Amino acid sequence: MQAANASSSPVQEVKNTTCYMCACRCGIRVHLRDGVVRYIDGNPDHPLNKGVICAKGSSGIMKQYSPARLLKPLKRRAGAERGAGDFEEITWDEAFATLAERLGRIRATDPKKFALITGRDQMQALTGMFARQFGTPNYSAHGGFCSVNMAAGMIYTIGGSFWEFGGPDLDRAKLFVMIGTAEDHHSNPMKIALSKFRRDGGRFISINPVRTGYSAIADEWVPIRPGTDGALLLAIIHEIIATGLYDREFLVRYSNAGQLINVSSTSDEFGFFVRTDIPTEEACYEPQDKLWWDRNSDRPVVTHQAGADPYLLGEFKLADGTPVKPAFQLLHERVKDYTPEWASQITGIPVEIIRRLAHEMGVTARDQKIELPIAWTDSWGNEHETVTGNPVAFHAMRGLAAHSNGFQSTRALAILMSLLGTIDRPGGFRHKAPFPRPIPPCARTPNDARGVQPNHPLDGMVLGWPSDPDDLFVNADGSPVRLDKAFSWEYPLSVHGLMHNAITNAWRGDPYRIDTLLIFMANMSWNSTMNTAEVRRMLNDKVSDKDGNEEFKIPFLVVCDAFHSEMTAYADLILPDTTYLERHDVMSMLDRPISEFDGPVDSVRIPVLPVSGDCKPFQEVLIELGTRLKLPAFVTPTGERKFRDYPDFITNWETEPGSGIGFLAGWRGKGGEKFLRGEPNPNQWEMYARNNCVFHYELPKSYQYMRNWNKGYLEWSQRHSITRYAEPILIHLYSEVLQRFRCAAQGKGLTRKPPEHLKKRIETYFDPLPFYYDSLEAQVTDKHKYPLAAVTQRPMAMYHSWDSQNAWLRQIHTHNYLYVNTRTARQQGIGDGDWIWVESQWGKVRCMVRHSEAVEPGTVWTWNAIGKAAGAWNLTPDANESQLGFLLNHLISEELPVSVDSARRISNSDPITGQAAWYDVRVRIYKVGADETAPGLQNTSPQFEPMKPYPGMKPRSGILAFLGGRRK
Amino acid sequence: MMQLALVIDLNVCVGCHACVTSCKEWNTSGSAGPMSDQNPYGADPTGTFFNRVQTYEVGEFPNTETVHFPKSCLHCEDPPCVPVCPTGASYKRKEDGIVLVNYDKCIGCKYCSWACPYGAREFDEQQRVMKKCTLCVDRIYDTSMAENDRKPACVKACPTSARLFGDIHDPESAVSQAIRESGGYPLMPEWGTQPSNHYLPRRKTRIKIHLDELERADNPLKVDHQLPRPAASEPTLDDVVTW
Repeated sequence: MQAANASSSPVQEVKNTTCYMCACRCGIRVHLRDGVVRYIDGNPDHPLNKGVICAKGSSGIMKQYSPARLLKPLKRRAGAERGAGDFEEITWDEAFATLAERLGRIRATDPKKFALITGRDQMQALTGMFARQFGTPNYSAHGGFCSVNMAAGMIYTIGGSFWEFGGPDLDRAKLFVMIGTAEDHHSNPMKIALSKFRRDGGRFISINPVRTGYSAIADEWVPIRPGTDGALLLAIIHEIIATGLYDREFLVRYSNAGQLINVSSTSDEFGFFVRTDIPTEEACYEPQDKLWWDRNSDRPVVTHQAGADPYLLGEFKLADGTPVKPAFQLLHERVKDYTPEWASQITGIPVEIIRRLAHEMGVTARDQKIELPIAWTDSWGNEHETVTGNPVAFHAMRGLAAHSNGFQSTRALAILMSLLGTIDRPGGFRHKAPFPRPIPPCARTPNDARGVQPNHPLDGMVLGWPSDPDDLFVNADGSPVRLDKAFSWEYPLSVHGLMHNAITNAWRGDPYRIDTLLIFMANMSWNSTMNTAEVRRMLNDKVSDKDGNEEFKIPFLVVCDAFHSEMTAYADLILPDTTYLERHDVMSMLDRPISEFDGPVDSVRIPVLPVSGDCKPFQEVLIELGTRLKLPAFVTPTGERKFRDYPDFITNWETEPGSGIGFLAGWRGKGGEKFLRGEPNPNQWEMYARNNCVFHYELPKSYQYMRNWNKGYLEWSQRHSITRYAEPILIHLYSEVLQRFRCAAQGKGLTRKPPEHLKKRIETYFDPLPFYYDSLEAQVTDKHKYPLAAVTQRPMAMYHSWDSQNAWLRQIHTHNYLYVNTRTARQQGIGDGDWIWVESQWGKVRCMVRHSEAVEPGTVWTWNAIGKAAGAWNLTPDANESQLGFLLNHLISEELPVSVDSARRISNSDPITGQAAWYDVRVRIYKVGADETAPGLQNTSPQFEPMKPYPGMKPRSGILAFLGGRRK
Repeated sequence: MMQLALVIDLNVCVGCHACVTSCKEWNTSGSAGPMSDQNPYGADPTGTFFNRVQTYEVGEFPNTETVHFPKSCLHCEDPPCVPVCPTGASYKRKEDGIVLVNYDKCIGCKYCSWACPYGAREFDEQQRVMKKCTLCVDRIYDTSMAENDRKPACVKACPTSARLFGDIHDPESAVSQAIRESGGYPLMPEWGTQPSNHYLPRRKTRIKIHLDELERADNPLKVDHQLPRPAASEPTLDDVVTW
């Protein structure tokens, strides 16, 4: 703080930027007084939050001035153990020199020995691009352990997904069904919309094992057993089809429901759509060469022919004798045995409630239709005078996703939403730019090891969307190219990687060892990993070379973070990041922008405070490193520095020279006259600054709906280079993509074939129609011994592990309890507040219990990431977070045996997407022994050696009386 | 006479605590601040908050309601904290009904917090004076702010707009209308304190599905011959009934 002249009045300023207290990215106004943050409120002119702000956003001051901040680059003292937190200060010059030398050597020899793992960084377009430019395939992002099942399951079905890419249109919905949603996800827009929806008389149903947050205000809470959502959704689909409550017209025109599938089991084409020869347009992604069986002429015709109307149900024979069925018929057969009675046994939801849910959805969708007077033209040239809406909306997130059956459950949800005719329609689900995209989207990784070459960028994207086995990133023998085994036969559609396995794999040397691991803001030795205690051991584990020299199994570990954490203690090199108030950032269309239903939106952060200490934004670190390593994107052809700094990079970098596509979509062109595509504009940052840090293009009304099949929109999107193809994106009720993998496993077709030991797995799980199966963990668990499911919820006033260093937020959640249904607890003689052990087959945790009536009796739960290691985040070693708080992660394994009697292990993940199956863990609970009740033992277990503050950090105060600048 | 108050809609409050920290954030650097925190980074941290959210479970599984209940000074019309104050530090403003504490007069005797039946007063351990919600008296009359900003910080922040602010003595105000039409109620009226803040109760929306709505003439199953008409040869009543 500046020493001020006592007689002058305080200097007040207000600066706009974008919040980063969670991933919501609200517009904020930062009020400064004498250069100190005095108040942060929501920006009323911002489209996302419209002036409101949450508990986290309102506590940004305490993050900025937190004593947990890292202020100096640090290196591990020679000879110190990893985890001991014994560091010495170094200069940035030394840090850069160390990194450039080491990474340069790796890049020139074997680029895959460098791995980059990033947490919830909001700049994956840049971190991913850096990895690609470096030439390593080993880049994984947080989605793999967050909600990739939700993204992939929906994108592979309807070409879009929830949150950044689409969401429920609560302005127009009459019925809203929320399933398993983390309460810190898209939180302010969801809260705004939910409140308005309820006040407008909408009916809100929450399906969740636990009734907290959003569920608290639901008109009806439907408690469900974790991991059984797929069974519920399939039973609802069963009932919707059985009662004829589906939107037939919508399915016919906009999905593949009526398309004929070869059902001749002896044919090589079994399970594929029958195709006919039609003149295909150039560069067509999914030619419309499929057939319907026309009701009017009673013969097969090319789909969408004028005057034709296909049968959705029945079995037919083509002229050559091939038996065929419409996709809808196969779905009908699939759900035949998925009755409400069947689902009730699995989910714990009474039969009559399952049936009523189906009827409420179906009748509301059918009888409360919306007709907006908006004319539009569909992809087949038909003009429509109105846009129709069936006002039933859904939202779902990790509760559905974080299970090893989550991909197929999500497919079931997307199919249910489609049966109800709610995709990109008013009152249902609506896309956000750049979605919808083709199914699957076009980006691909390299598909064999030759994509990785010394001193060359990766020959493909670091993450992509496989459409068939030939897109997999595998060696000639079918083994994975990537460290985390993503895009291999183990997890073919792992579109965000498997960061939860990267450390274990690197430690074990399976598939290979690496040299340097760079981790950006992911707490991989604590709450961002499964099997926490073991992973901590792996990080510090050494191996002797032939000369007897000891080296860490993961030889060099670099961590970039703004805060002291459990992870930073294991680093060999710590790079101190800035806070969000101290840097430039972009919420880019190349990544996950903040688009609205009505059109593309992106936004920026602009620093409102000078950088603290020797902090440096990670973006600047990447650009400096990229320049020193002479990665092609960062240097001129002669190897000279191309970009002065990150803002300069954002202004001038283009996806390829002259492409006109860069990180920011707004105010492109020399004078800012273009958007989405245009030459770099030297004043682009200023234009964002003048416009609330946000660019919002509102589409014409006729382009705002039905975008999968809206000719006007698709052509607009193509002209503005959002998408390569302007052809319709039909809903994949039946997924041929999945069938291609299954066929390969059955030895059919011309594509690559899986290795023998994975054939059965691929054949089982790559079912082109959604199905329900018990989680992989349950399949190898004695459920009598471990009768309870254990899950976490995320509180609205905390984001991941970030906020225990925040003096205000930690007073809201100082420690956590295990919440147990009162009857479940009493059956075991466990009283409210008792100390217990929670035990899974992988580990055990000692903690305190709270009785609860708001949790399903077969489930126990706790708040995520409130528990901390002693001394971490610069809290005192006796702080409640470590002594009374606990982490459920100790009970969860990152790997599972392939089968009960097998020694071979595979990731504890969805077999299709590699999504971490956090919520599959099964536990038992019991009271602690009488010998554990002495006062000294009244703390949670496990405990770890208390961490110390690092050099350069500010001391923590014992009393805080924050005053932002001088008062008037 | 004007009586400013908050009306809190429990029907939409999701318990996010935005009101809790936005209040602290504004007021710690405002005229009522600083609001101190003891052990901010240690064991059992405790600090001054003018507004807190409590969470209750009501009923037994599965008929459980989870209620988030934000609570701050209720600015009673007859505030028991005022007459017990030996120094006159606690007072109720005539012009707008806000109950305030004059820190210069407060001796920290805590009589007022014993007298308050709602537990709404917050003793600041550092300054040794009693503090409480001021309805952001340093915002609501500040003409240097845009009109839209002249509201308590909690009201501005609330993402579900669960917090309404206004004059409950003005029958035309939004708060009076909400109390009247949505069943607004005061806390523990039996104490006779006439709290100005009110709460709006939970309301349920249900859908009634009549069985015949599941069997309509336009059922799409008919199009695909899934609800076939009986064959002409099937017996019917028509064949055997003579009347």
